[in-house]
Amino acid sequence: MISYDVQERILTVSLFGEIDHHTSAGIRSEIDGLVRKYSPLCLILDFAGVDFCDSSGIAVVLGRYRLMQSLGGEVELIRLPRNIRHIFDMADLRRLVKIE
Amino acid sequence: MKELNRMTLIFDGRSVNESFARVTAAAFLAQLDPTLQEIAEIKTVVSEAVTNAIVHGYGDKPGPVSMKVQIFAEGKIRITVRDKGRGIEDIPKAMTPCFTTGNEDRAGMGFSIMQGFSDKIRVRSLPGKGTTVVMEKYVGGREAVSRG
Ligand SMILES: Nc1ncnc2c1ncn2[C@@H]1O[C@H](COP(=O)(O)OP(=O)(O)OP(=O)(O)O)[C@@H](O)[C@H]1O
Ligand SMILES: [Mg+2]
Repeated sequence: MISYDVQERILTVSLFGEIDHHTSAGIRSEIDGLVRKYSPLCLILDFAGVDFCDSSGIAVVLGRYRLMQSLGGEVELIRLPRNIRHIFDMADLRRLVKIE
Repeated sequence: MKELNRMTLIFDGRSVNESFARVTAAAFLAQLDPTLQEIAEIKTVVSEAVTNAIVHGYGDKPGPVSMKVQIFAEGKIRITVRDKGRGIEDIPKAMTPCFTTGNEDRAGMGFSIMQGFSDKIRVRSLPGKGTTVVMEKYVGGREAVSRG
């Protein structure tokens, strides 16, 4: 499940629930639909409502990074629970996206 | 080391069972009174191993996945996830960070996370026969004691 907000070409998507292999396809297509619709310069993903996230979430971020790159925009991650921050650090996502 | 308790679960390798497996493992291990951090780590490593069995082991043809969880003295736990799927040709290569044979929906980080969140991991695999992943971890705030 997601909710979103657009302001001055900044698209903020709040993620909720669990991100795993079972749920990530739906999350990806919802985010990509919003990106295509609003063509934001910055995509902010808010993880505050995420209860669980495994490596499938890393691929969600990497794919959205590539999509935003192709549109000349960037990705920022905010409000990561400690455990999710930890696995994103293992994947060195900070090299590619800003993590608050 | 003396085994104090165990449970075994066998389920279809379908993605809907990924959350079932990790929640069940966490519920069984609640008797050790793990910290929230430990619960999150256990759920994550189970999710990684079970997802690999489903995605890479079986792919489009779901087969049985088994998960065994054992409790030993001093808060030591062992989680064994097994599939009878495709198997792995080159295990060290498969365990290299960012290596994946999957599509762009995979990051190649599953084994790295399993290594990071457990104290010991062992992988056995035979191409065409299947894969077994065994992870050990100390939980219940006894980490420092157990590790000396
Ligand atoms: N149970 C399995 N059966 C067959 N091959 C496997 C199995 N588990 C892992 N592999 C192989 O090892 C590779 C690396 O696994 P790992 O979990 O590290 O990354 P991934 O699954 O490809 O991506 P991610 O876990 O980030 O979604 C896989 O791409 C696959 O080739
Ligand atoms: Mg994996």
